[in-house]
Amino acid sequence: MSDAALPLKTNDLATRRDDRRVRGESVAVQILLIGLSLAFLLLFLLLPLITVFVEAGARGWEAYKAAIFEPDAVAAIRLTLLVAAVAVPFNIVVGIAAAWAIAKFEFRGKNLLISLIDLPFSVSPVISGLVFVLLFGAQGYFGAWLKAHDVQIIFALPGLILATVFVTFPFVARELIPHMQSLGSADEEAALTLGASPWRTFFSITLPNVKWSLFYGVLLCNARAMGEFGAVAVVSGKIRGLTNTMPLHVEILYNEYMGAAAFAVASLLAGLALVTLALKTLLEWRFGDAIAASRRH
Amino acid sequence: MAATAPFRWREPSVLPGFGLALGLTLTALSLVVLIPLAALFLKAASAGPADIWAIMTSPRTLAALRLSFLGALFAASINAIFGLILAWVLVRYEFPGRRLIDAAVDLPFALPTAVAGIALAAIYAPNGWVGSLLAPFDIRIAYTPLGVMVALIFIGLPFVVRTVQPVLEELQDDVEEAAALLGASRLRTIFTVILPPVLPALLTGFVLAFARAVGEYGSVIFIAGNVPMVSEIAPLLIVIKLEQFDYAGAAVVATLMLLISFALILSVNLIQARARRRFGDV
Repeated sequence: MSDAALPLKTNDLATRRDDRRVRGESVAVQILLIGLSLAFLLLFLLLPLITVFVEAGARGWEAYKAAIFEPDAVAAIRLTLLVAAVAVPFNIVVGIAAAWAIAKFEFRGKNLLISLIDLPFSVSPVISGLVFVLLFGAQGYFGAWLKAHDVQIIFALPGLILATVFVTFPFVARELIPHMQSLGSADEEAALTLGASPWRTFFSITLPNVKWSLFYGVLLCNARAMGEFGAVAVVSGKIRGLTNTMPLHVEILYNEYMGAAAFAVASLLAGLALVTLALKTLLEWRFGDAIAASRRH
Repeated sequence: MAATAPFRWREPSVLPGFGLALGLTLTALSLVVLIPLAALFLKAASAGPADIWAIMTSPRTLAALRLSFLGALFAASINAIFGLILAWVLVRYEFPGRRLIDAAVDLPFALPTAVAGIALAAIYAPNGWVGSLLAPFDIRIAYTPLGVMVALIFIGLPFVVRTVQPVLEELQDDVEEAAALLGASRLRTIFTVILPPVLPALLTGFVLAFARAVGEYGSVIFIAGNVPMVSEIAPLLIVIKLEQFDYAGAAVVATLMLLISFALILSVNLIQARARRRFGDV
């Protein structure tokens, strides 16, 4: 250790190696730690992912196609897309509104509001579905009224959407808030002073400024909306072809010992996860400055 | 400033749209999150003290809560250890595939829980890739409480890595170099110079992983076996009570879960705030 007390010039390659001796671990320790990390990831992350695709293809291409184009599976895919198509835009609008109020203004109770927006993250998915059953279920607070007016929320599309909106509520807001806070409001003030209307200021200044972190939030929001299981399991009733989303369809097939079909549908969701990860990584590399703030919590 | 300025709810601003933005946020938040959660507490309270106590102290409820909370504690601890090592390896070492692995850490965030659940069950079942290796030693993972832990470790991994990583990246090299040049051993440098500033972030990651694991459902139920009193998690007990139309029972277990997790998260946040005062901002 003591022989490493050389003048440290970090640009010089030779001294860099000495530098590593001063503040790094020995090669053996490095290899051990890297090996340990890789083994852990292999066991807990990589193996499950590989399993999905291997099991999906276990019965061959024809069986795979049959499992995916079977009418109940197609209905499940459609329903999942429909739920996401309503829940995600809703959360985009609310997320932008929340970020505008929180990032551009100083008001009392702001920290409380931020905590409340984050609240769904610390609520079990099952509870996120349960709350809507308690409100709108047959024996829920509004159950009798809904029945009298022939409106069905639980075991129907509105329930699935409500539960999905609940679990994905924080995603867009929590990506936008830190970014908008770091940008400040000088650009908007300039635009307004120059005579731009409030909406024009928003659409041609604010929105372009935050587009990448917005996209990042939408990406995560969408992945969760399409993949949500616990919350929708509680409100769906799992009626095949009607209220069965893709993750629920996977569960039914699996429980009926149709493993290959379950993994075939699961492989579509795993594909969505991989695309999400790839886009997310791309965004972090290219627009890291804009998104970096959000990775800190 | 606060002493001289009159009380006001918000500071004046030339920007428009505060009322609209806040109004929309509060309306959506109330309708989607706050009122439904209030309904949960109301339903739980309406059960009456005697019933609440009976549901809370029933052996099945206690066993489910114990499994969920202790399982989450165990899984979050494993995640804290391996997450720290993983973050360290990703920040400090250069090796082929590092960026790919960095991206892969977020897989549990992106992979739907049901998909993870059936995949883990397939791997760790007695005839699965890993399960069959352990079967000769009479170690069973799937369909036992160990299976629950495996799923919870999977689901919580990114939280620790992603909270610790940015702090490790921002550590100043010179302090470490100074410690080394002054003759501290590498281990001593790690424990007295590197780890203390990382500790608050590690704790945050631990709490996030724990909170997620307590409520986790989708990835657990396929691998757990779901034997009442043995491998039945609290969220599953809620689902079972709901299927039996025992709304009050489901609400009581759910409220209990929420209150315990909120209390734990709050107390760790208080410890955090204290640590921050001592060690500076994280």
